[in-house]
Amino acid sequence: MTESLDTYKSQRLKEENPSNSIRAMNFKSLIYKWAVFFAMILSLLSGFGIFTEALAESATPSLEETLPDLLTKSFKEKTLVAERIAESADPRSVKLLEAMLNGKLGYIKENKTMVYMNKVDKGLSLTDALTDQSKGTLKKNEVKKVATNNKLRKTLRGLIARAQLANTDSTVRKQSVLRMLETADGVAITALKNQLETEPKKEIQELIQVAIDLNKVRSEPHQSLHEIQNLSSRLEPEVRNALAAIASNETLKASDPDVVDASVKSLKIIDGKVSFYKKLETGFFGLSLGSVLVLAAIGLAITFGVMGVINMAHGELIMIGSYTTYTLQQLMPSQIGLALVLSIPAAFIVSALFGMLIERGVIRHLYGRPLETLLATFGVSLVLQQLVRTVYSPLNRSVESPSWLSGTLEINSVLSLTLNRLYIIAFCLVVFAALYFLINRSNIGLHVRAISQNRQMARAMGIRASRVDMLTFGLGSGIAGIAGVALSQLTNVGPNLGQGYIIDSFLVVVFGGVGNLWGTLVSGFSLGIASKFLEPWSGAVLAKIAVLVFIILFIQKYPSGLFPQRGRAAEG
Amino acid sequence: MKQLDALRQSMRRDRVFDFVHQRNLAQVDVTHGQLLYIEDLNVSFDGFKAINNLNFYLEVGELRCLIGPNGAGKTTVMDIITGKTRPDSGSVWFGQNINLLGLDEPAIARLGIGRKFQKPTVFENHTVFQNLELSMSGDKGVFSVYRAKLSDNDLDHIAHILGTIGLVAEQNKLAGTLSHGQKQWLEIGMLLIQEPKMLLVDEPVAGMTHGEMDRTAALLTSLAGEHTVVVVEHDMEFVRSIANKVTVLHQGSVLAEGTMDQIQENEKVREVYLGE
Amino acid sequence: MLKLLKNDLGGRVFLTILVLTTVFVPVANLLLPPDNPLYVSSYTVTLIGKYLCYAILALSLDLVWGYLGIMSLGHGAFFALGGYAMGMYLMRQIGDRGVYGNAELPDFMVFLNWDSLPWFWSGFDQLWFALLMVVLIPGLLAFVFGLLAFRSRVTGVYFSIITQALTYALMLAFFRNEMGFGGNNGLTDFKDILGFNIQAAETRVALFTASAVVLAAAYLACRSIVSSRLGVLSMAVRDAESRVRFLGYNVTNVKLAVFVFSAMLAGVAGALYVPQVGIINPSEFSPLKSIELVIWVAVGGRGTLYGAILGALAVSYSKTWLTGAFPEVWLFALGALFILVTIYLPKGVSGSIETLRKRR
Repeated sequence: MTESLDTYKSQRLKEENPSNSIRAMNFKSLIYKWAVFFAMILSLLSGFGIFTEALAESATPSLEETLPDLLTKSFKEKTLVAERIAESADPRSVKLLEAMLNGKLGYIKENKTMVYMNKVDKGLSLTDALTDQSKGTLKKNEVKKVATNNKLRKTLRGLIARAQLANTDSTVRKQSVLRMLETADGVAITALKNQLETEPKKEIQELIQVAIDLNKVRSEPHQSLHEIQNLSSRLEPEVRNALAAIASNETLKASDPDVVDASVKSLKIIDGKVSFYKKLETGFFGLSLGSVLVLAAIGLAITFGVMGVINMAHGELIMIGSYTTYTLQQLMPSQIGLALVLSIPAAFIVSALFGMLIERGVIRHLYGRPLETLLATFGVSLVLQQLVRTVYSPLNRSVESPSWLSGTLEINSVLSLTLNRLYIIAFCLVVFAALYFLINRSNIGLHVRAISQNRQMARAMGIRASRVDMLTFGLGSGIAGIAGVALSQLTNVGPNLGQGYIIDSFLVVVFGGVGNLWGTLVSGFSLGIASKFLEPWSGAVLAKIAVLVFIILFIQKYPSGLFPQRGRAAEG
Repeated sequence: MKQLDALRQSMRRDRVFDFVHQRNLAQVDVTHGQLLYIEDLNVSFDGFKAINNLNFYLEVGELRCLIGPNGAGKTTVMDIITGKTRPDSGSVWFGQNINLLGLDEPAIARLGIGRKFQKPTVFENHTVFQNLELSMSGDKGVFSVYRAKLSDNDLDHIAHILGTIGLVAEQNKLAGTLSHGQKQWLEIGMLLIQEPKMLLVDEPVAGMTHGEMDRTAALLTSLAGEHTVVVVEHDMEFVRSIANKVTVLHQGSVLAEGTMDQIQENEKVREVYLGE
Repeated sequence: MLKLLKNDLGGRVFLTILVLTTVFVPVANLLLPPDNPLYVSSYTVTLIGKYLCYAILALSLDLVWGYLGIMSLGHGAFFALGGYAMGMYLMRQIGDRGVYGNAELPDFMVFLNWDSLPWFWSGFDQLWFALLMVVLIPGLLAFVFGLLAFRSRVTGVYFSIITQALTYALMLAFFRNEMGFGGNNGLTDFKDILGFNIQAAETRVALFTASAVVLAAAYLACRSIVSSRLGVLSMAVRDAESRVRFLGYNVTNVKLAVFVFSAMLAGVAGALYVPQVGIINPSEFSPLKSIELVIWVAVGGRGTLYGAILGALAVSYSKTWLTGAFPEVWLFALGALFILVTIYLPKGVSGSIETLRKRR
């Protein structure tokens, strides 16, 4: 809005500048005067609606004839031109209107050719709006955008929606009805009513009915008691706005109190539903944060919880997983999705190898000395961070998401779930299940548990403890690598990526109860959900602090976590 | 009423900042000749009943041996008496007037209940002398400890104990360098120097040579009378050599009680314990 | 004092060197002309002063880690809190000489459109009050935190992790502008202390000397604790905590007393540090700083007081030198130091010296 105002002002300044060419000045001032005149006439007419209908009845001119009229500076006239474009039923019209809405429609100053503009490195690459032929690249100041204002954009949205109503793709049709909810009247309603008769999809039928009801509620509220009651089942924000307007309408309150009462009631029902879905959404965000926490912590639950090894380099093993993803994407830039899938096993292997190296080189010398292990592995984490800085760069790198990961799953107009979060939750559960079965059902898992309970005895039973240690540590580290793959889809990849998760991961494991995989799952999810529910009224940082403080206090009250081990095993 | 008592207990002024104020515990009242009363005691760990309706009494000056197979609850009983484990139900009274369940470990220790652990735990980086010095009874508040100096009385006392446990020559050695048996004696010495009323001794002769075992037996029998001593031991020879009264625990409750001969005659004991 | 140092050769050597330095540096800085080969620049004076503050901090950690066996990964938090208390005093001393010229409010508050001083800033215009807070605030935090932790017997790595979480939470909190401690930028642009220009060579020498005196006093105080029965008891707690409990000592109180004293000492170190470096910001709370401090003590040798000081000086000096000469290498070197010391030199330099001496 302000931007278009500014261009408008600068335009005027230029007009007053005598150095401009006389021809251009004449032309521009002509249009200016004409626009003022037109606006006066327009104000004489009692409303837009009448004018539009009048226009609709007249013969529709072709797009080639209509388009140059857009050069006007009057928004009101642009509105009329846009409507003529929509009426033309020309297949190019939707694209034109959308370009105009998105500020991508302009004209070359020199010859007034209408063009689509696309930003490139230096200036704008242009395509002719009518013929779709390339017009090469020009500098920004050689092209002029067709300016729009809020009101015009609103009209444009309605026009585009109406034009798309007949589309064969049902999602396009749905979108178009949704766009018309707020503005539809007159012609649009007629179009909607026609569509309602032929519309095969029940969902869209209902939506069209909402648009028709809404129009009635807006235009003749005192007769729409029935509609107001019907609308209470809808969650669209337009419905809420329309009902709210009626609920606060003083004149209506005096004349038709039952209508106002009904809309207050409907509003209450809607608000109840909305807040329910908002809570669901927060819960969903919490679950997705929780799965990130679980993914980051679950490897630690193995190395710390089962083996009793404090690995401060765990965060860096996550980071290595992320960098593996990044590297694979760099290697196959055309196959982003494939690279991501491949990076799951790759990250597992790379991180596991690093983990086993750490176990052989450092941790093995320090069994039974947890504080020293903590220090030494912290040293490892510093080395790994600096290694990544030297090999890659100290700067953050972004990992691209494949198309099947981006997008949303829309449940209704209030609740929509982003796909990448959904995938992460699912991924977390799959990893957890796999790990759980590995530890509790497989042979290697049996050995791991045996060693964690009684090292000497396990050795006496013929378990090669040091080899199992190495493999277990490798497993925990590999899981960290997989967590890194998941994290690369949510944040940028950088040398400090791991640091941000190490404290959280430890707290998740300790909160859940050391040595208990279920505990880690429950505590990760509950901490994720808790912090997301705290965020709205305290802000993200305070929520994080609150959760930290809560865990600190919790651990002091229940030192062995949510699911403590009891009896003799807890003593050792 | 129960809640009110609990509330009172937790609100007691002298318990809030007990490093400021050294508690003066009441003298233990043993006018009926009984030192310890354990009644209807129950403890379970994750559904496993470690102690099951246990009743156990001790007389003043007695030397009692506690035997039983693994998992019979011997160590758990000691844990409860010394405040390390809280029972699910039941009562533990020291004399007629002191409820041990309301007290924490240091308070119980200050009452005069000393404990020797299964594994010898002495302060390995301290000398034998320092081990005994730390164990002396007296004001154990932080600031008094900071200012504490050894009086001539203290020196005599330490020398006396060193003589009793036979470690005079080793007094300036680090405790970590002592032999296994010497560590056991040092630990008993550390209990003795507190002048305890009751000594709980967990497997004192595990890993000892026969010579050391005999000396330990002599030491423990010489303590009885002045102190009340409870010994948990697996070695039957050793138990026979010191005890006049033996209690057999099985699955968390008392199976039999009596002299060693009576115990050996007991059918039930033979069945579950001696395996005959 | 002599009695304290009777069995402490390392301490005697250290204190002698400290006294000599404290005499030499001011003389060489203030009395010698700059072209004299023995001249010490004001930059070096401040640098050494900074190291001395680190040495006090290392002492405070050694007391709890080396003697009590509590590895605090959040000791930097107490240092930073002491530093902030001092920084608040120095901020108030700026008066109307700030960029916005507001006599009452520090610049960052004017920038945030605050119209009055928050309540917790009142009193900090008095040095005595600020100095009181320098010890009270870290002490209070240590008391509350320690009471909760020690009473529920949180020990070993669990304690280490929650102290790390504590300093991390504090860092996040101090980064917030709404906290009223200058947010990201912290407190800086100090002008003077007790009316003396903070940049002047004489003030710097005075601050240096103060640091040296406090270090010496701190050393003697720690020595008196360590060589008393309380010291013997602390080491007993470190080696066999539950045994101590059965001897009738209240382990919670022992730990609490030493931990609180240590936190206060760390606060004092922070308060001396801030006027010398001229800034305090939330990065002092970062877990990395606290863990670096742990490595000083590990390298020097925990369980000997002079070892901690030695480690602080040696590692800090290497850091200054390496980050200047080969900035890429510093983190590799620090990381390697962590690994090598814990594996090959678990008792640190001083511990190895003591072992060698005893063997002879």
